[in-house]
Amino acid sequence: MSITAKASNYLDERTSISGAVKEFGRKIFPDHWSFLLGEVALYSFIIILLSGTFLTFFFQASMTPVEYEGSFVPLKGVEMSAAMSSTLDISFDIRGGLLMRQVHHWAALLFVAAIGLHMLRVFFTGAFRKPRELNWSIGFVLFVLAMAEGFTGYSLPDDLLSGNGLRIIDGMIVGVPVVGTWISFLLFGGEFPGNDIVGRLYTLHILLLPLIVIAFIGLHLMFVIIHKHTQYPGPGRTEENVVGYPVLPVYAAKAGGFFFIVFGVVALMAATVTINPIWNYGPYDPSPVSAGTQPDWYIGFADGALRLMPPHLETYWFGYTWSWNILIPILVLVLFLAAVFVYPFFEAWVTGDKREHHILDRPRNAPVRTAIGAAGVTFYAVLWAGASSDIIATHFKVTMEGVINTLQILLILGPIFAFIIAKRVALALQKKDQAIVLHGFETGRIVRLPGGQFVEVHEQLSEYERWQLVSFTDNAPIMVRPNDRGRITAGIRWRSRWSRFFFEDRVAPVTQTEYKQALEHAHH
Amino acid sequence: MIKNKKKNESRSGRRRPVVSVALLALGLAFTGGVYAALTASTASAEVDLSSPQVIDQGSKLFAANCATCHGQQAQGTANGPSLIGVGAAAVDFQVGTGRMPMQANSAQAPVKPVQFTDEQVKALAAYVASLAAGPAIPTESQLTDGNVANGGELFRINCAMCHNVAGAGGALTEGKYAPELKNVSAVHIYEAMLTGPQNMPVFNDLNLTPADKKDIIAYLEYNRANPSPGGLELSSLGPVSEGLFIWIIGLGVIVGFTIWITAKSN
Ligand code: HEC
Ligand code: HEC
Repeated sequence: MSITAKASNYLDERTSISGAVKEFGRKIFPDHWSFLLGEVALYSFIIILLSGTFLTFFFQASMTPVEYEGSFVPLKGVEMSAAMSSTLDISFDIRGGLLMRQVHHWAALLFVAAIGLHMLRVFFTGAFRKPRELNWSIGFVLFVLAMAEGFTGYSLPDDLLSGNGLRIIDGMIVGVPVVGTWISFLLFGGEFPGNDIVGRLYTLHILLLPLIVIAFIGLHLMFVIIHKHTQYPGPGRTEENVVGYPVLPVYAAKAGGFFFIVFGVVALMAATVTINPIWNYGPYDPSPVSAGTQPDWYIGFADGALRLMPPHLETYWFGYTWSWNILIPILVLVLFLAAVFVYPFFEAWVTGDKREHHILDRPRNAPVRTAIGAAGVTFYAVLWAGASSDIIATHFKVTMEGVINTLQILLILGPIFAFIIAKRVALALQKKDQAIVLHGFETGRIVRLPGGQFVEVHEQLSEYERWQLVSFTDNAPIMVRPNDRGRITAGIRWRSRWSRFFFEDRVAPVTQTEYKQALEHAHH
Repeated sequence: MIKNKKKNESRSGRRRPVVSVALLALGLAFTGGVYAALTASTASAEVDLSSPQVIDQGSKLFAANCATCHGQQAQGTANGPSLIGVGAAAVDFQVGTGRMPMQANSAQAPVKPVQFTDEQVKALAAYVASLAAGPAIPTESQLTDGNVANGGELFRINCAMCHNVAGAGGALTEGKYAPELKNVSAVHIYEAMLTGPQNMPVFNDLNLTPADKKDIIAYLEYNRANPSPGGLELSSLGPVSEGLFIWIIGLGVIVGFTIWITAKSN
């Protein structure tokens, strides 16, 4: 026996792992580029763990004031916290430190971006439907945790930019009536900025949050294995099977290679493009605020919400100031995130669909869901743009007030227009599919008939192609029907109203008979 | 056969050494020219601003180019403020950066190509300075040998709220903006602080001592001479450009790879 064979035998006799490997190795994964987005997030997280561990070797999570004596000239002799000073040391005096910092930060941006894109894919293809609603919830929690990880992370160096970010958070907390000031004092260990916040954020950032993230990633992946992967509709693909490659050897090899590609791209970015140049920002000091102060992109929508809120909305009730210009944005953000969280459960209730779905929807075949998604994306994008209103103003040579007012209007009207347009486009695409199924596709070949008439020759689709266009779930509006006790409750009414909203305008898949008729018609 | 190929190569493929040298010389001349143009106003502050001929030349130039807005005696009109007492520094800054003579009526007089020679700028400055005492054009010794670290701190406290910590510029209200400070010469930085052009406040010698001003200049010049140790700066715009970069380039490239990996081999 070779040494590897011996070793694996040794392991197997003690752990019976071969059964599990065989079982897992036979799992099938379908092949589509959009199925790799979650993997990008996973790999970014691994890169973050590795580079972050390196950073913890040198970072000092302390706000004790020190005089910077490192090698970066423009900050020499400047008083700053040990956190800032050690971050500068990582950047300038520890071999590979700057690269690692940049790897860590770029990977963090990529992590949240990949999660975002992955969520959009899952949403628009309806992959969150039964039995995967819970996994959507887990993924949502991961998204929020990723934002929290990012925020606690970029606040650690205690530089001017991150200090300004914390200042805004402090402002939001203090804006909560009655308890706000107390919570702020508790969090910062006294009056902002205090001497404790960096140490506390550090504990969250490297201990608590990563542990929860890892636990939830574990759950998330376990559910992927239990549920099996979804697949796009296609010939031979049913709700009962999965068509694709087995994990071993093809899929594992591809995925393993893909990890190194992602790592390579991140390393290349980190080696060539500056991120978070804290040496420009300098140490935190509550008095200066720089022009162009923005949070990392994934917090941008929250910053935008604050910026787009009209000013001067305050009331004085019961001896407390109610700062609506802070409370309303917080409420809007919480409601937006809550809507993302509950959507799968809401849609399941509206459709009343209790079946399992392993075949994905093409976005056009669920026009209202697609439209809701487009509206949500627009809403988020406008908030996001709001965070860079000043940069938009200087770079497009327009006034800041103009940008803000335009975005305020867009925040309300944009999602409505996006909804209408997306729904119309989806329905039109469905109609196009229907026409192609019934009448074939245009070949561009013009034929002159004996009578002198010109017609374009249409050609029928192959059976495989046709299957792709006609096999989708068709939801019709639910009628108001009495329940088993013969009563019509308010819930039933609401549900039928929503159901009409979702499925009133629809294009049903072409049936066998319609297709036959169309064929016959064509022969005459 | 092989010989032929070599001949061809030397004729068309590779540049002759002469051409290379010529190109190099051209490149050097070009960068040198640009450099000279950028630093012109620092280099020759030799004109004597108190000489009557210079003031007289300035007076004529003023009457021809500036009087329509600022008045025959620089006393100001509806179209432009009085220049009495603004000093040589204000004129050297406004005209030397191409802001004056103003052309279009916008929220803020924009920087344009400079319309006068250095000598003419100095003559205009001499004329305006002769009308009333005001801030003078700084001398070379007021601009060099500052303390970079102190300058950085002063810049963050006094200037960053408008110009951004990295001097990348920023928006003000109603279409006004604080410009980027990457390519401003030392004299113009000094004059800007001293005279507070348009929407910028004046930093007189009590606010920022001459030594402080020198430090700020040293800091800005250090930044110009030392590009970011981290690589490309993405215009020093901070998280906005970083966010755009990760979505468009970072995620874009990776999505490209996902498509490539899952492409059908047939
Ligand atoms: C089209 C009208 C116009 C012309 C021509 C013009 N200026 Fe001005 N100038 C203005 C206006 C308006 C301002 C005030 C700008 C502001 O503060 O926003 C100004 C401001 C100035 C200032 C700054 C004053 C201060 O308080 O610091 C100086 C110096 C100046 N101009 C010099 C000149 C000179 C020299 C010329 C001729 C080469 C000239 N201007 C031509 C309109 C003009
Ligand atoms: C209130 C905002 C504000 C502050 C604070 C401020 N500036 Fe300015 N700065 C401006 C504006 C606005 C202009 C453009 C003026 C113009 O176009 O005439 C400007 C122009 C300049 C220019 C000329 C740039 C060019 O392109 O020619 C320099 C140099 C400059 N500022 C340096 C400074 C320095 C150094 C400080 C700190 C000591 C400072 N500024 C503080 C608003 C500000």
